[in-house]
Amino acid sequence: MATATAAHPDAHAHEDPQSFVSKYIFSYDHKVIGVQYLITSLFMMLIGGALAMAIRTQLAWPNSGVLKADSYLAAISMHGTIMIFFVLTPALIGGFGNFLIPLKIGARDMAFPFINMLSYWTYVVSIIPLLASFFVPGGPLSGGWTAYPPLSALRGAAPGSGLGQDLWLLSIAIFLISSLFGSLNYLTTILQMRVRGMTFWRLPLTVWSLFIASVLALLSFPVVTGGALLLLLDRIAGTSFYVPAGLFLGGQLVDHKGGNPLLYQHLFWFMGHPEVYIVILPPMGMVSDTLANFARKPIFGYKAMVVSMLAIGVLSFLVWGHHMYVTGMHPMLGTAFAAMTLAIAIPSAVKTFNWMATLWRGKIYFSTSMLFSIGFISLFTAGGLTGIFLGNAALDIALHNTYFVIGHFHLVMGAAALFGIFTGVYYWFPKMFGRMMHEGMGRVHFWLSLIGLYGTFFPMYILGIGGMHRRIFSFEAFGYITRMHDINIVITISAFMIFIGGLVFAYNLIWSLTHGPNSADNPWRATTLEWSTPTPPPHGNWVGEVPAVHRGAYEYSVPGAKDDYIPQWVTPQKAGVVTEH
Amino acid sequence: MSQADNQLERVQRSGLSLGLLIWSFMIVGVISILYARDRWWFLPLASQHGAEIDRMFDIILVLTGAMFILVHALLGYFVIQYRSRGAASKAHYFPHNVVLELTYTILPGLAMLGLSVAGILLWSNIHRPPGPDAFVVEVRAEQFGWSARYPGADGVLGRTDNDVAEPYNVDRKDPASRDDVVNSEIRVVVNRPVRTLLRTRDVIHEFYVPAFRTKRYMLSGVSNETYFTPTRTGTYDIACGFVCGVGHYAMRGQIQVVTQAEFDTWVKQQKTLADAAAPRGAAR
Ligand code: HEM
Ligand SMILES: [Cu+2]
Ligand SMILES: [Cu+2]
Repeated sequence: MATATAAHPDAHAHEDPQSFVSKYIFSYDHKVIGVQYLITSLFMMLIGGALAMAIRTQLAWPNSGVLKADSYLAAISMHGTIMIFFVLTPALIGGFGNFLIPLKIGARDMAFPFINMLSYWTYVVSIIPLLASFFVPGGPLSGGWTAYPPLSALRGAAPGSGLGQDLWLLSIAIFLISSLFGSLNYLTTILQMRVRGMTFWRLPLTVWSLFIASVLALLSFPVVTGGALLLLLDRIAGTSFYVPAGLFLGGQLVDHKGGNPLLYQHLFWFMGHPEVYIVILPPMGMVSDTLANFARKPIFGYKAMVVSMLAIGVLSFLVWGHHMYVTGMHPMLGTAFAAMTLAIAIPSAVKTFNWMATLWRGKIYFSTSMLFSIGFISLFTAGGLTGIFLGNAALDIALHNTYFVIGHFHLVMGAAALFGIFTGVYYWFPKMFGRMMHEGMGRVHFWLSLIGLYGTFFPMYILGIGGMHRRIFSFEAFGYITRMHDINIVITISAFMIFIGGLVFAYNLIWSLTHGPNSADNPWRATTLEWSTPTPPPHGNWVGEVPAVHRGAYEYSVPGAKDDYIPQWVTPQKAGVVTEH
Repeated sequence: MSQADNQLERVQRSGLSLGLLIWSFMIVGVISILYARDRWWFLPLASQHGAEIDRMFDIILVLTGAMFILVHALLGYFVIQYRSRGAASKAHYFPHNVVLELTYTILPGLAMLGLSVAGILLWSNIHRPPGPDAFVVEVRAEQFGWSARYPGADGVLGRTDNDVAEPYNVDRKDPASRDDVVNSEIRVVVNRPVRTLLRTRDVIHEFYVPAFRTKRYMLSGVSNETYFTPTRTGTYDIACGFVCGVGHYAMRGQIQVVTQAEFDTWVKQQKTLADAAAPRGAAR
């Protein structure tokens, strides 16, 4: 990044960094931290993706020998953990949250730059025990990313229930603490550091989405941090929070008394469900911004977009039981959770239709970023609609723990969130590095990804309806699953398409960093504040004063205006028209 | 800002290929579901409540399928139709419209209300405990196999208590346990409501019988229950649906649906717990 030379007129928390280490390694600059988060999580994505390829190879050709029964369980458990906690959450909240929030609200940095730096390095520390668990006796955890006890509590229960499970718990606890630092920072920054004129109703939806996601993280992560620590105590200190009396493992009576495994499930999903919204809200926000930008239209129904995100945020704390319909909860509870769950479909539908209405009669430019945003709408719909089956408690009896669920959450949260990340990278790369990305490679990446994702996850619905349950290393014991072998082969071929697309993306990143054409300050002719900074923005973001904000974030194609966009920082006199918002 | 800075003019303009791709997802999606219905669908049904589940599945499939088609038909059309057509064209300034927004809030709202009510009624029906004449069986799971306990002549299963330090925690002091039959075969009676108690010896397993549309966790230390009425005789697969260790993938069991007479004959030939305790064979 360019050296900052400007004196900062406002009181500023820290001096310009001098050495390489303070500028790029232990940096306090939110932009550097954001990029660090992004790069680290993209690296983790490579590991999570490679595990997915091994899983898929195993499932298409069960006798190929890539994995064994125990390493298969390790692979899926690490794949899920890595993708959710170490890729999506840090890329979206840590990466885009850090990079964008100050730039978009007109702040020179985060409220607590030191805590921000600490948050990133805590995340790095949390990765160490996780990856180390690959190399310990017994390997990584084997109970899936949800790590339900007693399987995860009793050392003899599975190969991965030894040291690997301890390391996992340690890693998750550290990771959750790192996220807490981040959330506190984002909330304070958004509440306290908006520039003059930036009212809440003028915030870009990206900022709203990160704000709500941070609230969810702040309220839900401590619960599961506690839950994980209790599990660790059950394992190392002889307590019995989750393990009841009278269990036998092998021929041995288990030395525990009085716990209840259902308690863990409640604690886990009290975080687990909000977590899926923590990773899907920011993509919703970012896609809203790019759709408006590239359709040259105001986002349709801005206030409805904000209100629906708030509604999703509130409801997300009232639906965790839909993961537990058939686990042993009282059936009466199931009815309440079913009603709440279906209610979430309403704000989701509003958002989808608002995105569609934004495209209607637009003037659409198909940049790679826009392709991914449009793909996002398609994937979100293809995955979200099947939530209506799963939310319906009675149908969940047939579908729970089958590939129907795997297809559902991969499309609505895995694929859609990935598309959010890609949309964001192609869109903000010029602001991050001062260079444009290669559009042609971007399109190849997009086509391979979208076709690959549909080919991978849509057929999983059929596998689930046909009765294939999840977390199985081989399906050959079951005739009714073996009849679907062909589907599994199609899925695996499609999955490799996604992976190859990912490699094209990685190459594009490296190529564009070194060869991409230079970018102007506002290459997409966008309205939001980050595009008023020099490219790339210096330390402190703006040279001279931070521009004040005069209007809402989406004034595209305003009738009577000279250009088809009026940035937030342009004064009414200069714009020539008075805008409504 | 000069025109040269404007990257918008450098990106793809035509939405035709993308629009066609989106439409093809719609078409291939619908065809593949229709094709799968005849080959890879739910296993042939063998329980009473399953018919209701299948019916509700179909209703929701039609509703969500229609939404999927609607969104993709429109999305593909918008993408093809509203591409940028050069300097002369301008986007339509359309920031909000209360009527439109309310419409697509209220309509999905009503649909969800209807589905909630229908779903909750069905859910409650499925969980209504059967009457006292129900067939009672305790299905048991352990790493990595299945078995069952039957109540014997008195029709009552001996109680379980976590504090009994024995596999599956059956309290032998309870007189009702004496005539209980423990067996590796799981049998139930056709057309008779079954009250299944679920018990695990170790970690969590899941009792999943695809042909019955039945699924319930077997929680460590907890007696879970599930109810169904088998409608056809025959042998059906049980899968352990929840990951329980290295052997999870192969944890297959079978449940045999037989007539009452067949069951009565069979169960009389099996040892009771009392028999097993005193192998020399006191009276039953
Ligand atoms: C390259 C794309 C991907 C492929 C081919 C893939 C494939 C799979 C498969 C086949 C399973 C099921 C394994 C089993 O149950 O036996 C699985 C599980 C899972 N995946 Fe992915 N996945 C991909 C990307 C992602 C992403 C982006 C996420 C982030 C949300 C994700 C999150 C998960 C989770 C949470 C599980 C559950 C793990 C568990 O059972 O504990 N995956 N994946
Ligand atoms: Cu959930
Ligand atoms: Cu099992």
